[in-house]
Amino acid sequence: MKKCYIHSAVSISAQHSFESSGFELHSISGKKVEAIHPNYKEFISPIALRRMATGVKMGVAAATKALQIANLEQPDAILTGTGMGCIEDTEKFLNAIIANEEEFLTPTAFIQSTHNTVGAQIALSLKCKTYNNTYVHGALSFESALMDAQLMLQQNEATNILVGGVDELGAEIIDAVRLMEDKTSDGINLPFGEGASFFVLSSEMKNEGIELIDVQSFSAISTETIHEKIQEFLNLNELSFLDIDGLVLGNNGDAFDTYYDNLIAHFPETIPNICYKQWSGEFYTASAFGLFVASEIFRKNEIPQNWFKNKPSKSEMKTLLLYNQFKGRDHSFILLRRC
Amino acid sequence: MTELKTELKEKIIEILNLEDISISDIDDNDALFGDGLGLDSIDALELIVMLDKDFGIQLTDPKEGKEIFKSISVLAAYIDAHRSK
Repeated sequence: MKKCYIHSAVSISAQHSFESSGFELHSISGKKVEAIHPNYKEFISPIALRRMATGVKMGVAAATKALQIANLEQPDAILTGTGMGCIEDTEKFLNAIIANEEEFLTPTAFIQSTHNTVGAQIALSLKCKTYNNTYVHGALSFESALMDAQLMLQQNEATNILVGGVDELGAEIIDAVRLMEDKTSDGINLPFGEGASFFVLSSEMKNEGIELIDVQSFSAISTETIHEKIQEFLNLNELSFLDIDGLVLGNNGDAFDTYYDNLIAHFPETIPNICYKQWSGEFYTASAFGLFVASEIFRKNEIPQNWFKNKPSKSEMKTLLLYNQFKGRDHSFILLRRC
Repeated sequence: MTELKTELKEKIIEILNLEDISISDIDDNDALFGDGLGLDSIDALELIVMLDKDFGIQLTDPKEGKEIFKSISVLAAYIDAHRSK
């Protein structure tokens, strides 16, 4: 069975993460936080750009740059994960139905409102006719795409795969969700965010690369058994709690953060950990930003100490474990190793 | 007629999201499709909906559209002659 390596990682997020050189993370605040957008005209033709909503622009630009960094013209597959799809155009289209009393429906927003628009637009821009799939599974959308990619590479069905996660804020539904979260004292205590993170995964190893060792997901796990599931996952990969150099966690400040607390309690007290959603905001594919952050930790020559709770004591981090869940459901484990 | 032409240009820029184009960039006699503004078949659908919604003109023959959407001048003349709104 072939191994799986990350050749490039690109993210458009609430941080200056799209810039090529090293970026500093800054804190975000408010009810919702938009992504910091690059100049899309550098990546997308003006004719295509005028019809694209935010998520499509972010996805196509991040995917294009990920391919450029990996020095790859055509991937063997394009796999996208999205929780809400093109919600911006969906809202526009549905509002037009109401405003025009179900008459005068225009095509553009409807055509681009489907969940697979991002994957399709990437393929169109590349004239790429290979396997193209979009996964829509709530907070496991990105992980589902990642798993598909890993399986294809392991089974030698592909050599290089473009895989990513994308979600946009939209204009209205997000405000209703925010109101519901704010109504309870233990709701999500971070801004809602948006972003697109794309990666080129390959079965070919590169020097100083990153290996995606394993990905696993679960619909439901109890807070009491989360550590057992992680232990099983680590055992499956011939690792123990002590082999993990750092944790990359999806805390969002709600009542379900106890999952993360219970997990950390089973690692050594000094285990360095990062809660990445404080920089990206919460959205269904925020875990793709988490994978980007983990990749950056490996890519940087020096460990970015200030990113971590519990400063890393080792001079080098070799193995990172990513864990995310949403509202006590959609749990995912991702294991990375520096080659 | 000049007012209608300006209104049409504003609507086309807004509806078709022609971000980098201003009213002064569109000549009354420029071709809307092909070499001129470079609009395509999806834009044509948007314009057909605009004619129905804003001017009460229903185009039933697609061949008719090819002639009507030739330029702003032709479109304005057609609207002026057929509008019910």
